This record gives sequence, structure tokens and C-alpha cells, in this order.
Amino acid sequence: MQRRLHPLRALKAVLRLTWVELKLFVREPTTAVFVFAFPVALLFVMGEIFGTRGDSDLFFRGFEAMDYYVPAYFALVAASIGVIMLPAHLTGYRQGGVLRRFRAALVPMWIVLGAQVAAALVLAALGAVLVWFFGWLVYGVSRPADALAVAVAFIVTTVCFAAIGALLGALLPAPRAAQGAGLMLFFVMLFVSGTGPPTEVMTSLMVTIGEWLPLSHAVLAIQDAWLGFGWNSTALLILAAVALAASLGALRAYRWK
Amino acid sequence: MTPSETVIRVEHLRKVYKHTIAVEDISFDVGRGEIFGLLGSNGAGKTTTVECLEGIRRADGGSIRVLGLDPQRQASALRGRVGSQLQESRLPDHLKVWEALELFAGLAPRALDWRELLNAWGLAEKRSSSFASLSGGQRQRLFVALALVSDPEIVVLDEMTTGLDPAARHVAWELIEEIRDRGATVVLVTHFMDEAERLCDRVAVVERGRIVALGAPVALIDEHAPELRVVFTAGDRDVGWLAGLDHVRAVTQGGPRVTVHGDGPVLALVAAALVERGMVPRDLRVERPSLEDVFLGLTGHHVED
Repeated sequence: MQRRLHPLRALKAVLRLTWVELKLFVREPTTAVFVFAFPVALLFVMGEIFGTRGDSDLFFRGFEAMDYYVPAYFALVAASIGVIMLPAHLTGYRQGGVLRRFRAALVPMWIVLGAQVAAALVLAALGAVLVWFFGWLVYGVSRPADALAVAVAFIVTTVCFAAIGALLGALLPAPRAAQGAGLMLFFVMLFVSGTGPPTEVMTSLMVTIGEWLPLSHAVLAIQDAWLGFGWNSTALLILAAVALAASLGALRAYRWK
Repeated sequence: MTPSETVIRVEHLRKVYKHTIAVEDISFDVGRGEIFGLLGSNGAGKTTTVECLEGIRRADGGSIRVLGLDPQRQASALRGRVGSQLQESRLPDHLKVWEALELFAGLAPRALDWRELLNAWGLAEKRSSSFASLSGGQRQRLFVALALVSDPEIVVLDEMTTGLDPAARHVAWELIEEIRDRGATVVLVTHFMDEAERLCDRVAVVERGRIVALGAPVALIDEHAPELRVVFTAGDRDVGWLAGLDHVRAVTQGGPRVTVHGDGPVLALVAAALVERGMVPRDLRVERPSLEDVFLGLTGHHVED
């Protein structure tokens, strides 16, 4: 008789499902556009507007525009996975009965969600590398001040947004609703989190709204590490707390569906 | 059937959705190696009942034991031991047939060779097709293959032949018998009378969340639709005397054609009496009632209604 799931078997199950999720992602080009192409396109727009001039200490935290935007867009990649891709994907799973099928096979929900997080990490890393490569190729953006801190901040950010995506996927009624709500949330965050206009030109209302949304903290955590301000522990703690709350909320919400 | 080990025990199951009572009060046992049928119209409560067995839904009342375990609280101990085909459940559109089988085989504690299942269920040439491109029948067969991949002791099939053409249904029936012959217990949810009659060792007729009859198809027919009709051609000879035989309730003669209404061994008695009087009709035959008649008698409506 089988008893509790052996940890090694569980890990293998997560990896197996992650691999399938990655294959499914590749076969769905529309999501790939948002996750990979949109941040690069936006970076190009910002680059064309602000160029590489470091003509003012008033903007971009005193750095050149592209040194400011490249790390910020790492966070944007993770956000697009979390609020655009995952909610639509998971509401589809829920509505179509894919989750029921896993459930009938008595595959624990945390394995299914764990695979979503793992797939999100792989995709976010690819997207970030793409942003960096483009920034280096076109605007000569150099290397991070503290690569390890950037990596940690980026992983925490991605896990946080993946958990938010899982929660939204449990709460939103259908893929269409999820797409609409996700896009809206994404663009609101985009404009108030330092990923659109630089923080220095935003009104205090915009800053306040931004502070209540996770993307601004993700941008700060990654940017600080990249630009040499070191570990931003406040931002990291906020992201970790949101990640934990959203994960627990998601697991609970799926249990009751 | 000889009494055997009980693998499923359902006692006073009750399940209420917001405003409707899906299952009022359902109790039954399933023995190891049986093909047990839940027969009824849409909305009668069959699917809810098996979803409670599968641990997908939590019952509001009563108790369920599957292989001696509670499917809600002891789910991890049941992993891989119950295979579910699931009605109306999709897979991701871009997932390929072989990927689905490999995935679920990998998630099971002990899996069968999924390539063999692919062949057995006629999916070999579709192995690299995406789920979205499969026909209804191919999807059903894939779902059954997925239910079997963990080599389960109990297989739950919910309306598995819906959407199959007649030829594919007959193939499916043979495969269901094969599942049982390999030692598994089968719980079959269906609204097809012929399917239940052909396959099931025992059938529970479900109506409005309750079981209104339970037993072997033949026993149900004997009990609830006992009337047999013996039909033959008598030419112009009078056969009114047949009405005097035991087990004969009525004789109707329309032209050369005679219909004898009766029960039990009426065919043998009529045949013997006819031979005794020198009549040997070549077309003597019995028309048996079916589960359809049982269902109609018990519920007052046809199953499609």
C-alpha cells in the first residue's frame, strides 16, 4: 500500500509537470509575446525617448536611463507571467476540468502549483536574459553591481508574482475575466511602479498607489542590487510576505473549489 | 455471483448543492471484481455519487469507504488505487496524447506501460496529436486510458461511451470486460440501458438522488417487468386454449399472428403444449422485457426525458 508521497517522488512529479508546462507555453505563442516581446519592446521605446544620456541627476536615481530600466524590466517580465499568463492559464485549467483530473489522480494541489512556480522561474529567467541582452546590444548596458543580490531579488520577485498568479487563477471566474483583470492590473502597475515614467516625475498619489502594489517593491529590490545600493531588505521582506500569503491563499482557495 | 470482499461501501450518502439536493440518500456495496452500474437520467445524482467516491467532492452526509479508506481523509493512501475517467473534463489543448499518458503514468505510484494502453485503446496513430485535435470518441478513449495507467484496483467510468459511434461502443464494451478480467472492479455510470444490461453484474437504478432498484439486470427484469411475450404464427388455427396454461395471462390473436402474454417458463410451456397438439411453428420466439421496461415501470419515464 502507498503511504505519503516520498519527497523525491514529489520533486520528480513537480519537474515532470514543469517540463510539460514549458512545452505548452512554447506552443501558445500569444502568451510568449507578452512575456518575452513586450518588455523588450517597451525597453526599446524608453531607450529611444531617453537614450543613454545621463544628462540629469534628477531622473533615474542619478544613473543612465537604460541602467535604470533594464533591471526594472526584469521585474516586469515576472509581473507579466504572474498577472497575465498564469491567471488565464489556471482559470482555464479549473474551468476545463484539468484540475479535477489531477485531483482524481490524487495529485496534491501543491505539486500542480509548484510546477507553475518552477515554470514561471524558467520563463522569467529567459525573459530577463533577453531584456539584458537587448539592453547590452543596443544601449551598451553593462553588468550588475552585485549579481548574487540581483539573482536572489529576481527569484523572490518571480515566486511572489507566480503565487499571486495562482491566487488570481483560483479567484477569477473564467479565462476571459482573468485576461481582462490581469491586463488591467499589469498596466496600472506598469505606470506607477517606476517601470513607466521614472519615479522622480510621478505625483505623490501615483507613488502611493505604487507602494501598495508589489511591482514597485520588486523593481526596487532588483534595481538596488543592480545599481550597487546592495540588498533592499524592506522590499525583499514585503515580497516574501506577499508570496507567502498568496501561496497559502491559493492552496486554500483551490481546496474549496 | 458469490459473495466476495466489499471494496466500496456507501451508506446514506447525501450531497446538497446550493439549492438542489443532488443525492438524497444512496447506499450500496460493490464487491471485488464486479462490474457495478449506476443507471439513471441526467441529473439523477449518479455523477455526484461517483465524484464523492473519487474524493473530488465532499459528502454532506453518510459515509463512504473505498478499499476500507475514507476518500477524503485518507486520500494519499488511495493514490493510484482508483482510476477515474471523469465526465466532461478536458486536458490542455496543446498537450499531445503521448505526453498526457506519460505525465499521468509518471504521477502514479505504480504505472502500467502506457504504450500498451495506447495500442489497446486504438490511439497509437494519434499518439502525437494534440488534445484539441481529437474527436469526441478519441478523447473518451484517452480518458479511459488515463484512468487505467496507474493500474488501479477500482476503475470508475462515467458515461464513457457517450459520443462513441456504435462500432466503437462495442469495442469499448469488450475492453471494459477486459478491465474486469484483469482483476479490477468497475463502477460504470451510464444512461444506456443496453450497456448496463450487457455489462453489469449488478445495477442500481438512480432516480432523484435515490436508488429505486438494485440487483442483477435479470433479477430486476424478473421483479419489475416480469411479462414475457411469446410470439408465433398459427395460420387459421384457433389457439385460444393456450390461455388455460399455467403462467399464461392472456392470448391475443391478430390474423395469423399470435401473442401469448405470460411470465417465467411460459415459453417452454407454450412450446410443449403446441407440440403436443401437433403444431410446430417455425417462428416461435420469446420477446423479453429489457432494463428499459424496468426503468419505465419504476420511474414512469424514459431515460432520455
